[in-house]
Amino acid sequence: MTTASPPEFVKRPGPVRKANRAIDDRFGTQAGLRRNLNKVFPDHWSFMIGEIALYSFVVLLLTGIYLTLFFDPSNTEIIYNGSYVPLKGVEMSRAYASTLDISFDTRAGLVFRQIHHWAALVFVGSIVVHLLRVFFTGAYRKPREVNWLIGVGLLILAILEGFAGYSLPDDLLSGTGLRIAASIAQSIPIIGTWASFMLFNGEFPGENFLPRLYVIHILLVPGVLLALIGAHMGILWHQKHTDFPGPGKTEDNVVGHRVFPVFAVKSGGFFMMVFAMLALLGGLAQINPIWMFGPYDPSKVSSASQPDWYIGFLDGSTRLMPPWEFRGLGHTVPAVFWPTAVLPGILFTLLAIYPFLEARFTGDTKSYNLLQRPREAPTRTALGAMSISFYLVLWISGGNDVIAKTFSISLNAMTWAGRIGLIIVPPIAYAVTKKLCLHLQEKDHEVAHHGIETGIIRQLPSGEFVEDHRPKPEPTPDHPLVPTDRYALPSANGHGDGDGKGLARRAGKAVSGFFVEEKEH
Amino acid sequence: MTESSGTSPDTPPEPTSTAATEPVAAADDSAAPEPAATAASTAVTRRLGRRRGERGPGLSARRRRRSSALVLMFGLLATGVLWTVLAPGGNAAQQTDDNAAVRQGRALYQQGCSTCHGLGAGGTTTGPSLIGVGAAAVDFQVSTGRMPLAAPAAQADRKPTLYSRTQIDQLAAYIDSLGGGPEVPKVTDAALDDADLSHGGELYRANCAQCHQAVAQGAPLTYGKFAPSLSESTPTQIVEAMRTGPESMPVFGDRQINEEDAVAVAAYIRHLNDSKSPGGYSLGKYGPVPEGLLGLLVGVGGLLAVCLWIGARQKV
Repeated sequence: MTTASPPEFVKRPGPVRKANRAIDDRFGTQAGLRRNLNKVFPDHWSFMIGEIALYSFVVLLLTGIYLTLFFDPSNTEIIYNGSYVPLKGVEMSRAYASTLDISFDTRAGLVFRQIHHWAALVFVGSIVVHLLRVFFTGAYRKPREVNWLIGVGLLILAILEGFAGYSLPDDLLSGTGLRIAASIAQSIPIIGTWASFMLFNGEFPGENFLPRLYVIHILLVPGVLLALIGAHMGILWHQKHTDFPGPGKTEDNVVGHRVFPVFAVKSGGFFMMVFAMLALLGGLAQINPIWMFGPYDPSKVSSASQPDWYIGFLDGSTRLMPPWEFRGLGHTVPAVFWPTAVLPGILFTLLAIYPFLEARFTGDTKSYNLLQRPREAPTRTALGAMSISFYLVLWISGGNDVIAKTFSISLNAMTWAGRIGLIIVPPIAYAVTKKLCLHLQEKDHEVAHHGIETGIIRQLPSGEFVEDHRPKPEPTPDHPLVPTDRYALPSANGHGDGDGKGLARRAGKAVSGFFVEEKEH
Repeated sequence: MTESSGTSPDTPPEPTSTAATEPVAAADDSAAPEPAATAASTAVTRRLGRRRGERGPGLSARRRRRSSALVLMFGLLATGVLWTVLAPGGNAAQQTDDNAAVRQGRALYQQGCSTCHGLGAGGTTTGPSLIGVGAAAVDFQVSTGRMPLAAPAAQADRKPTLYSRTQIDQLAAYIDSLGGGPEVPKVTDAALDDADLSHGGELYRANCAQCHQAVAQGAPLTYGKFAPSLSESTPTQIVEAMRTGPESMPVFGDRQINEEDAVAVAAYIRHLNDSKSPGGYSLGKYGPVPEGLLGLLVGVGGLLAVCLWIGARQKV
């Protein structure tokens, strides 16, 4: 501090720089770090939907870890003597009792439980919306089919994980759900009984099913989910993100922001928003009040028992299925087998192989990095709309009792509306969507070739009336600068630090300085 | 029956006489106890006659007269007491007030109910017979507003009641006077407060949750019928429903669910209705359906809005 000032000013490296240099000296990370932090991601709001799923998963892990500290996954029957008076003296499993304790006697236990449950609903929901975005923009096309397959795997695992979590507290709804799961397992021809015995280690509900389910819920499935999420994002990182066509955007470049700082800050902020939304739901809206449902007892069942929303479509298919039981060849195939085992099997298989089917039928084997607008692929969009309508009919039918009660409709009418709707709504959705896409294409074509209608009608000297058209304006590029992924760093070329004021601006300069100063030396 | 046990023995003839002054429809039914009473007293006189014949002329006429008067008194007394204890229905020993109530109830009945249930409450093609349904059924149906029916439908729904408390009691007294049935249960706040909540909860889950849903929000049955929500039901109405089995509901009699248990169930339902949701807004207590809707619309929908908001700020 007291040394004589040198003739010229030399900036002392800060602690972060020092640490970075120290690590680089030992592991040689700087090149890789620089390359990856300079990775460019395109900007479009719809590319952030997958992030919702990712961040809800992080919230699920965080809240889940807290809950594992207090949850006791045991089938052992005890007499409850906790602080929830209306269940005092009632016989229940330790799993249910410990969930009551989490809800009423553990500090912040209830809010953690609720955030965990809301996060699960949002997790699966955002996966589905992300899937729809990928589907309708054709983002799954070559070379990204493998990531599509991983995504479908993630969706199925997320649903299984959610169902396992729903079943763990051993309340009346959980047990009813497991009873149905056991029946589905039993309905499989030939192996059904053994499948159910294997699942429950004997007759339902079995002695040690909950501990097994617990291991599946907190270790096995999350582990696989984590690995698949890693693979999903690793492949995305490697293959680079797709983008919509636009000025300066080609099949061979990526236009957007580097991971550091813009994309990282944006994503970090988005994580906070996701966490905030889930905390808000968990803090304000009650979910799964197991203390009101009571402990599970195979002799009891509540009307309007529903699964969580992502299982609802299977509940709906079961409700719509006529009671057609097949007997013959020494076996009985109950009606429940078709809507709960065969139908999801077909649906998820079709979903998984769709990219290959499309490539096969269109004969298109090229690679694509630019996305399509839904109208540019009318058949695909129409198939998507058809599938959504099919799913929605099943989904609505899954809650048909609650809807019938709420809106005073006959339950039988709801069931028949679902049965008929399941057959006639999807083709209508297909036809209407395809027509809509084709008309939108025509409209685009007209605007491109004749310009936009102005509403100004002029009469020519010859007496003819014509409407003025103004030409379609050139699309403005998202980035006024060089639209490649190798354009100069913001603070190095004097651009890019114009946004924000005061502290935010200085903070932005400081973090970008972390990267550029190495180069300046 | 229990109400009349404290009355004096000379009251029995009275209701029959008042009933006799009533118009035909009511007289037909409430006259029923009278033949029983007269039959009993004639039996007594016959026996007295026989006894007198056996004893012969050896006793003085005065003593005979005195003893026969005593015997007659005793016989009448015994008849009265026996009749009071054993008479069916218990409507025969009503006070003057009750008779006024029956008359009033009858007038109300003729005006508001007889179109469907018939002038004599014997039922028509549009409404069932009310003879023997008891005061509890009347109190339940009218106090919940189900009767008079708003419109023919698969099932009557709860609506604001059209009758005052007094009028409901009068209607109940009239229907009760037509013959027996469950009495209006007396569910006191003290009994509710003392009730075993957890036992009531177990009974509720074992007997009621199949139709009324675990949190008493109700659920549909077939063809437009439904198990109603119990969120507005009073404890008395709940016990009445158990005892009388309105609409599609089965009867839960005294031998299935005794007085104490019935009150415990009512207390548990009261708890479900009155207790605050510890987890925040209760979403109608319907479980996964509204939860899924909120999770998708507000949770996912709100985060998509955040995506749009962040995405719109990207033009650099």
